Amino acid sequence: MAEAVDSVVDIQPVIEVQNAVKRYGIGDSTIYALNGVSLTIAPGEYVAIMGPSGSGKSTLMNILGALDIMTSGKYFLDGIEISSMEENELSIVRGRKIGFIFQSFNLIPRTSALHNVELPMAYQGIKSKVRRERALVALGVVGLSDRVNHEPTELSGGQQQRVAVARALATRPALLLADEPTGALDSKSTADLLDLFDQINAAGRTVVVITHELEVANRAKRVIRMRDGKIVSDELNGERVA
Amino acid sequence: MSVLEIIKFAIRGLFINRLRTALTTLGIMIGVASVIILLAVGNGSSKAIQASLDRLGTNSLQVRSGGGGFGARARASASTIKPLTILDTVALTDKTQAPDIKQVAPIASTNGTCVVGANTTSPSTFYGTWPAYYEASNTSIQSGSYFTNDDVTQARRVALIGQTTATALFGTSSPIGQTMRCSGIEFTVIGLTTVKGSSGFQDGDSLVLIPITTMENTITGNQPLSNILVEATKSTTTTAAQTELTAILDARHGISGRKTADFSVFNQASLLSTASSSSQTFTTLLGMVAAISLLVGGIGITNIMLVTVIERTREIGIRKAVGAPKSAILTQFLIEATILSLLGGILGVIAGFVGSHFTIAGTKPVIVPASVFLAFGVSILIGIFFGGYPASRAASLRPIEALRYE
Repeated sequence: MAEAVDSVVDIQPVIEVQNAVKRYGIGDSTIYALNGVSLTIAPGEYVAIMGPSGSGKSTLMNILGALDIMTSGKYFLDGIEISSMEENELSIVRGRKIGFIFQSFNLIPRTSALHNVELPMAYQGIKSKVRRERALVALGVVGLSDRVNHEPTELSGGQQQRVAVARALATRPALLLADEPTGALDSKSTADLLDLFDQINAAGRTVVVITHELEVANRAKRVIRMRDGKIVSDELNGERVA
Repeated sequence: MSVLEIIKFAIRGLFINRLRTALTTLGIMIGVASVIILLAVGNGSSKAIQASLDRLGTNSLQVRSGGGGFGARARASASTIKPLTILDTVALTDKTQAPDIKQVAPIASTNGTCVVGANTTSPSTFYGTWPAYYEASNTSIQSGSYFTNDDVTQARRVALIGQTTATALFGTSSPIGQTMRCSGIEFTVIGLTTVKGSSGFQDGDSLVLIPITTMENTITGNQPLSNILVEATKSTTTTAAQTELTAILDARHGISGRKTADFSVFNQASLLSTASSSSQTFTTLLGMVAAISLLVGGIGITNIMLVTVIERTREIGIRKAVGAPKSAILTQFLIEATILSLLGGILGVIAGFVGSHFTIAGTKPVIVPASVFLAFGVSILIGIFFGGYPASRAASLRPIEALRYE
């Protein structure tokens, strides 16, 4: 099916969401966190998803990241339908297709930066030597070559987030998914991180950032705004595209 | 994802929480070591009882004059007591009436002091007997020679002495061929008996044995026997031998109907088997205490693993987010629990072996090999069993919930 789409469009989208619904509760107390969201993101795009709290952007992020399953609708990630997958298959998809960057960094405590970056590759069964090389390259890209053996507590917030970026990049994912990546960073670190995202996107990687900060959204090439579980606007960011 | 990789994660996980790992390991170690040591102590004490049982001769029966005492039939009034005599002893050697009796030895006993120069000792056992005594009482000599039937017939002044007596009288020099004076009579020491150790209240090596004829002729005169020692043909025929000797002595002493016996028969085997069975109860009790401590160690592992899972919920979420399948998380936590119990088990076995070298509560512990395998095996099983529940809880966490956990 994905191939059929391919032949028509010629480019296979990284993300294709069709009429996603996420419902919590039953009967009168039913809440629609997502109420019919459809979205297509092509390879190489830099997309910001914006919206106030309660707009459903975090739910969308969890579904895009295969961390949560939707109530109804279809989701193709890099041409694979994952909306019908079991948790065990989802974890493999996450490891291979998605690089996560979280607001709270989510590094494994008391474990060196290098081991943290190697972790997803270890679960993919990549050999130790290859893993190490790729992790060192990724840490070099984020500018932490001199911090590879430091544990998270020995690194600043900005450095920790860059370790997380290195971890996300090292698996060469189809999609870099960042959830409020600058939420816990000061303005200097924020600027550095956004520069890094620009670089990564310029290198051809698809980046999706969930944020409520205009500063962050302004760096993206496409901004999607959400409210009450629906997409209310989806426009190209004029100055960036130009 | 290879198992080796997961083992590395597990070891790293344990290494990060060194103190917790050490304490949990200690719990299992104490459990395993106490199983091994306590069972060794129980085993050691029943071995000691078994040894004294063997020393006394399980086939032997003792006939004493008068009633009362363990295994006595009834108490007879003093006036009706017929003393035990050499003739009684000879009567018991009748193979047709007593086919289950192998041999019989009379024992005449006295108290006396033995003197060599300035050294004196009062042997706690000073017997006059004849050679059948050796086998019936499980007495052997370590040097010199036994006195013979000829020595008995000739009433020669020869003696066998025990190690305690020998040391008291002759110090470190060999007593063989030396003379000593007991109750005023001079004896030549011809043999030194093998060390028996103490059985109960008595030092079995504070011993002087002389021919019964010599004792009657020179020291005691023609006094009644204190004992007749009877050896049954086999340990299984002791009861039959007891019945036969009772029948013979009943006839000789005119015991029938209502008349109560004027002698009593002591069955040492039955006395000691009682002691032996109570020692088995003791071992079982110790084993149960030890098993409980092992179980407590196991619950300790569960507790630690549960705490670990809760404390590391977020970490589990991260691992799942970056692609760890359920099986990898399950395996990691199971391996962590197994390593804990394996390590505790190994250290416990070592501690058990070391601890069993010391004398505990007056007993030399003897390790029961089965207990080592049992304790070790059980500790591993405990690790897998008690670690399994927290591990499956960890593995079943949904990443979205685990990541939200603070």
